[in-house]
Amino acid sequence: MSRRAPVLSPRDLRSRRPATIGMAVAFLVVAALALIPFWAMLIGTFQDGDMLIRYGLNLGLDPANAHVRNYIMLFTDSGPYFGWFANSLILTTVQVVGTLLVSSFVAYGFAMYDFKFKTTLFILVVVLMTIPFEMLMLPLYVQTNAMGLSDSYAAIVLPFLAQAGTIFFFRQYLTGIPREILEAGRVDGVSEFGIFFRLVVPLMKPAIAAMAILNGMASWNNFLWPLLVLRSPQKYTLPIGLNTLLTPYGNNYSLLIVGAFFSLIPILLLFLAFQRFFIEGMTAGSVKG
Amino acid sequence: MRRLLYSQKAAPYFFVLPFILTFGIFWAFPLGRSVVMSGQNILPGQVENVGFHNYERLFGDRLFWLAMGNSLRYTVLTLVLLIPIPLLLAVLVNSRIGSPKIKAFFKSAMFVPALTSVVVAGIVFRLMFSESSTALMNQIIGAFGIGPTKWLKNDLTGLAALLVVAMWRWTGVNMMYFLAGLQSIPTEYYEAADIDGASHWQKFRYVTLPQLRPTIVYVLTISVYGGMAMFLESFMLYGGNNSPENIGLTIVGYLYRQGIEKNDLGYASAVGVVLLVVILAINLTQLTLNGMFRKESR
Repeated sequence: MSRRAPVLSPRDLRSRRPATIGMAVAFLVVAALALIPFWAMLIGTFQDGDMLIRYGLNLGLDPANAHVRNYIMLFTDSGPYFGWFANSLILTTVQVVGTLLVSSFVAYGFAMYDFKFKTTLFILVVVLMTIPFEMLMLPLYVQTNAMGLSDSYAAIVLPFLAQAGTIFFFRQYLTGIPREILEAGRVDGVSEFGIFFRLVVPLMKPAIAAMAILNGMASWNNFLWPLLVLRSPQKYTLPIGLNTLLTPYGNNYSLLIVGAFFSLIPILLLFLAFQRFFIEGMTAGSVKG
Repeated sequence: MRRLLYSQKAAPYFFVLPFILTFGIFWAFPLGRSVVMSGQNILPGQVENVGFHNYERLFGDRLFWLAMGNSLRYTVLTLVLLIPIPLLLAVLVNSRIGSPKIKAFFKSAMFVPALTSVVVAGIVFRLMFSESSTALMNQIIGAFGIGPTKWLKNDLTGLAALLVVAMWRWTGVNMMYFLAGLQSIPTEYYEAADIDGASHWQKFRYVTLPQLRPTIVYVLTISVYGGMAMFLESFMLYGGNNSPENIGLTIVGYLYRQGIEKNDLGYASAVGVVLLVVILAINLTQLTLNGMFRKESR
């Protein structure tokens, strides 16, 4: 057999055509299942909130009852909605920038130096990473209340600046960068911190992009911890605010459905633009777990 | 100051200091205090030491065991659904047959649900699982001749709803993990198997599965964490922490009820400590099993 023979002979191709078509159909069906809830939500945004409560969501839209009043309300009379939106934007930005800065700083210490208690401290990072937050929320809740941080954004941001998962990921990435860079910097008279900020951070761009996406998404969607911390309605973030609309009396499902749909748009746009980093960020843990 | 900035001995401690502070202030100290509180009865302005009373109360609490049962069965079922199915999908995507364009679209589409917050997912699924005969899920079972169901009022249908939400959100992500694992298997292994005349199934059984073991263990681990820590999915689907006869109550929901809603901090701390021990035990078991398997395969 010649080494340059094509992978698939024409006969192969013919026999594989049904398989190819079958596979395409299977992929498209499963993809449709994943996308159906989005379609249902989009359809829902053109219906009355009262109708949604009474009849639920499905995939059909009765043109006679379809209208854009929900969208008009969203942009003209949605009460606190854009306040929540702004709060979420601000909080997400602060949290992402802060977490990336602090966590990469810590990770650099773990990756580039040898020091006493390094192993012990790093085991603590790993342990913290493997305990679900839900199991630690109550002690943290008691603690932030005792520190007078209840109802503050500080309580939401501070405990997660040195974020175990992000530290772990950055450390893995940094161990791939040769330590000779440090020596080169020292010879040039750069301080230890200057080496990090001026020489190493620029090399971390791909890792930073992946973690920015991951942390940004987690922060934008964060619900449980802000639910425990926040009290004043004017500080509510999008998920918290939307949740307040989900009352048993359901008096504002029109805003709920259109507001929920609109809250997806920033993340969907980012996903379309930076899909690769999303997938890298979300699956980062498994690379060397 | 300048000497400090240039000191190679002091530098690492400065770098890891933020972690030490955060760990101490926000995790270790509160956890220690929580252990102390689990031995107390805490009323406003009055704290009383009660020894192991909270733990005794916990083990006799029917509701706690109900919540534990709910969490366990949810976890086991998510493992059954969210490992084989994503693995199969990943193998299909990774195979040589099929159009690359459709595969790329498929991967993106499967990933999109993971971008949604649990709040948005809860809102949509709550409305799709509505009791009305016109709601999507009732339309679907209606097509099979089954009458409208009150999904969120019965134990097993409520569980089914939670599992549907879990599958919707995590199938794509788990598939990506497996895909990354599959792509890291050296193609020489498959070439060698081809030379030996191995069938598709044999290649899967004797090359793919063993090579994929670390990925499978990883997905298993995060799925167990996710399953045992599940709370918000139920919270959103039922519009709060209360479900009919507590069919949607999970262990974290129970913790939330005792600690946050009833503010019974002593008892809730005992609940939290027990849950933490359970998670650490699962964690340890998995690590040991993993290590033992590794020795075996060498």
